[in-house]
Amino acid sequence: MRLSFFTLVFVLATSPYLFAQNCTNVLTGTIIDFHDSTPLVGATVQVAGNDNVVLSDIYGNFSLDSLCDGIYELEVSHPECSTKFIKIKVLGDTTEKITLEHHLEELDEVKVIGNAITDATNSTQEKILKIETLERYSAGSLGDALKEISGVNSLNTGANIVKPIIQGLGGSRVLILNNGVRMQDMEWGDEHAPNVDINTTDHVAVIKGAAALQYGGDAIGGVILMEPALIPAKDTLYGKTLLTGATNGRGGNITTELIKAHKNGWFAKGQASFKRYGDYEAPDYVLTNTGVSELGVSIGIGKHDFIWGWDANYSYFDTNIAILRASDIGNVDDLIRAINGGEPLIIDDFDYAINKPKQEVTHHLAKLKFYRRFEGLGKWNLQYDFQHNQRFEFDIRVGDDSEKPSIDLLLSTHSLSTDFKIDSKTNYKLNFGVAGLYQNNFANPDTGVRRLIPDYDRYDIGIFTMGEYVISSTLLLDAGLRYDYNKIDAKKFYRKSRWEERGYDVEFADFVIDDLGTQLLTNPVFDYNNLSATVGLQYEVTTDTEIRFNYARSQRAPNPSELFSDGLHHSAARIELGDLRIKSETSRKLSLSLQKEGVKWGYTLAPFANFIADFIVLEPTGVEFNIRGAFPVWTYRQTTARLLGLDANLYYQWTNNWLTEHAFSIVKGSDMDLEIPLINIPAANFRNSVSYSNSDWKDFKISLESQYVFRQNEFPPNIMVFSPEQGQEVILDINTPPEAYHLIALDTSFKIPLTERNTLSVGLTINNLLNETYRDYLNRLRYYSDNLGRNFMIRLKLNY
Amino acid sequence: MKTITFKNSVTSILRQTILFITSTLLLLSCSNDDNANPIPVEEEETITTITITLVQEGVGEPTILQSKDLDGDGPNAPEISISGNLATNASYNGTIVLLNETESPAKNVTEEVKEEDDEHQFFFNATGSLIGTSYADTDENGNPIGLAFILNTGDAGNATLTVTLRHQPKKPNDGTLADAGGETDIAQTFNVKVE
Repeated sequence: MRLSFFTLVFVLATSPYLFAQNCTNVLTGTIIDFHDSTPLVGATVQVAGNDNVVLSDIYGNFSLDSLCDGIYELEVSHPECSTKFIKIKVLGDTTEKITLEHHLEELDEVKVIGNAITDATNSTQEKILKIETLERYSAGSLGDALKEISGVNSLNTGANIVKPIIQGLGGSRVLILNNGVRMQDMEWGDEHAPNVDINTTDHVAVIKGAAALQYGGDAIGGVILMEPALIPAKDTLYGKTLLTGATNGRGGNITTELIKAHKNGWFAKGQASFKRYGDYEAPDYVLTNTGVSELGVSIGIGKHDFIWGWDANYSYFDTNIAILRASDIGNVDDLIRAINGGEPLIIDDFDYAINKPKQEVTHHLAKLKFYRRFEGLGKWNLQYDFQHNQRFEFDIRVGDDSEKPSIDLLLSTHSLSTDFKIDSKTNYKLNFGVAGLYQNNFANPDTGVRRLIPDYDRYDIGIFTMGEYVISSTLLLDAGLRYDYNKIDAKKFYRKSRWEERGYDVEFADFVIDDLGTQLLTNPVFDYNNLSATVGLQYEVTTDTEIRFNYARSQRAPNPSELFSDGLHHSAARIELGDLRIKSETSRKLSLSLQKEGVKWGYTLAPFANFIADFIVLEPTGVEFNIRGAFPVWTYRQTTARLLGLDANLYYQWTNNWLTEHAFSIVKGSDMDLEIPLINIPAANFRNSVSYSNSDWKDFKISLESQYVFRQNEFPPNIMVFSPEQGQEVILDINTPPEAYHLIALDTSFKIPLTERNTLSVGLTINNLLNETYRDYLNRLRYYSDNLGRNFMIRLKLNY
Repeated sequence: MKTITFKNSVTSILRQTILFITSTLLLLSCSNDDNANPIPVEEEETITTITITLVQEGVGEPTILQSKDLDGDGPNAPEISISGNLATNASYNGTIVLLNETESPAKNVTEEVKEEDDEHQFFFNATGSLIGTSYADTDENGNPIGLAFILNTGDAGNATLTVTLRHQPKKPNDGTLADAGGETDIAQTFNVKVE
């Protein structure tokens, strides 16, 4: 609507030129496709503000007569291309070549945004969350929103730290691309949430598997692409402000954005959000010290033209997360007491304060991108990005150390990447590129606590090529190949006793560079060569039904935590031990998806099988004793794993207003070497919803959703530990999952048009409507407390 | 004309990009020049050794309970030694000495606990043939510390004595660890025999 208004203004502004003298000139021209230089037949050419319309012939030629000398505005359109307005100077008879293109990525049309989201791969299952869904999670996190997609779960540490899990795999096995930049935010830690602000993104695509090789070869779990909205190439200024308030946690979020665009492709945008919560509440008690304070700011400028363009983006993310007070425990007896006890050991009155234990993380991200299209060939991209991630973790400490963090890590990453996409041919596309990365981690010794992760330098280089080939109008083949070289060069102190206990003194004696008595300074250097490959087919059975099949082999080098972890996590009262012997893991995943997307009804059936050699797993393995008591030990080891699963969706549009949706997902994870189930595999879950919507009633929508999460019945055996307090060996119930649970949620919204350009949207969500008491297997705080109780959230959004 | 400006701007953008990247890489390689080794972290306020001396009034030879853990949260468990059995139905005067033996000569941490006695407290849990303990010292506020205590034994049999040192507990407290809070500096259990 805005576009047509704009067109009108433009036409009026240019019309004076149309009435000059000497009006016998003829304008002839040829219209060709930008990509492959083929002539375009049937394109309409119209002088703006005039009824004179001509069509191009089979050679792409057209002719307009009775033109005066002067500047004309032509509107050139073609059914498969986006409409183009061009100014042409007519002086006598004139000839002009006009190119049109049918790619909408960098283009200007607001109305096509919803459909302009193109798949990153053809043969793998890919699901997209659009802005309407993301806005409902404006006051939550990316991980919460992604759980709308079947087959996506999360590993939580409380309600604020939410790590996405795709088809059973998370952490370093899931890549997050934030506006084209692969996040380097210490994703190796279970309690490290992605440092992204959900409010910066317009849509999020989840690729369930490793096939999107352009982003990395190690996405054994999958890829999450967070993409900003396209900016129209026209003179405009627009934005939105979204305010969310929630009863549980007694806080909320405000986010605002403003975009200025110009018709020549220049744009500038700014966005900021602030989130603040106090203590959350379970149905029966306050979850003491669970508040959060989060600030996100992003700015960007650039010029996006069809032929070439560049943009510069900077974003800042700062989060301050309180961790449940009762989860800061002393030793194994405290853990046994917590697991056996019903309520958290510490419950205070509601408070906004963010006390220890807590995390303070800041993330800076700067990106510079340039692209250039070549007529009849394709598009070249060049990108540099820099990330700076500072993490402080504060435990409850006493005396002089009480204000010192226990963990103080600074991770800096530079990366440079370039790729070329050949997309001018109708029957094939080819993309190839190279990417390099340098990373430095600095662990500050001022903490007074031995480093859990050492200082290191990391160097990566990857080259890839991907292609797709149209076999017939209904069958498409895609394939890709990627090679990655990783080198990690660390400087790490080991206790002599640990060095010897692990047997490193025999295997890695040459790493030792200094002997400090009780400690050794070592310099482990490792190289990894990884090869990833994918091949798949996409077959269109009918216009609304398709089958996708994909095979992906992917390899992932161990992360610093898996290699070097060594020490006591004070707040979690656990000792985590990495292993220098760990090598790359190799996944071979077969996935199939049968999908129908009809007007009346549709479904997706997507089974998968993932076979992983040398799968790296972290499990509780025993206890170690020191003078402060006994501590559970979690050890990394490698095994052969097999994950089998199914994601299924069904929707049915009963009438114009009534829709029901149903989703089920299940994963079974097995340790094939030990013949036991894998740890932390999401339980099966079943979601059903019924919604009513009526566009005549101010876009009114209401939906009721039921989510049933089964009990995870497959889990590794518990361990026996010696309890000093009880003076005997006892079972540590550390792996036993909690019971199944059922949650009901209600969501309703409507829109009030205020002026022609301004709309106010109002929404209300009630989560856990029945105030169900439950614990979730994939919440690391499940030993200590129940999950959140009922929560009313109200949203107000103003578009302008 | 138009194409020339276009080409010019592309070239200038390209030139700027390359310049930017080169300078960043240069900066990077410079800042990365120092190959200095990281500084080791010596964990502060480490206690490696707790020695409990139990003296029965009028009896010459004391009983010594000791736990020594030289590698902190390394893999080696503390070495626990108990010099002998305790007598039945007796009263022992207990004293505690704490050492940091990672330093040479060993540092006596007992002194620090004494200096900050209002920020420390020992808790004793006696089971089996031990009847119980009572505090024999107080801090500047009149609250118990536990560097000196009295242990009473009962009839013959096996027994355990668990000693916990809390740093910055709530003081005064009701005598339980749950009420006291604070940070655990020591939690050791000694299996003793009363005969």
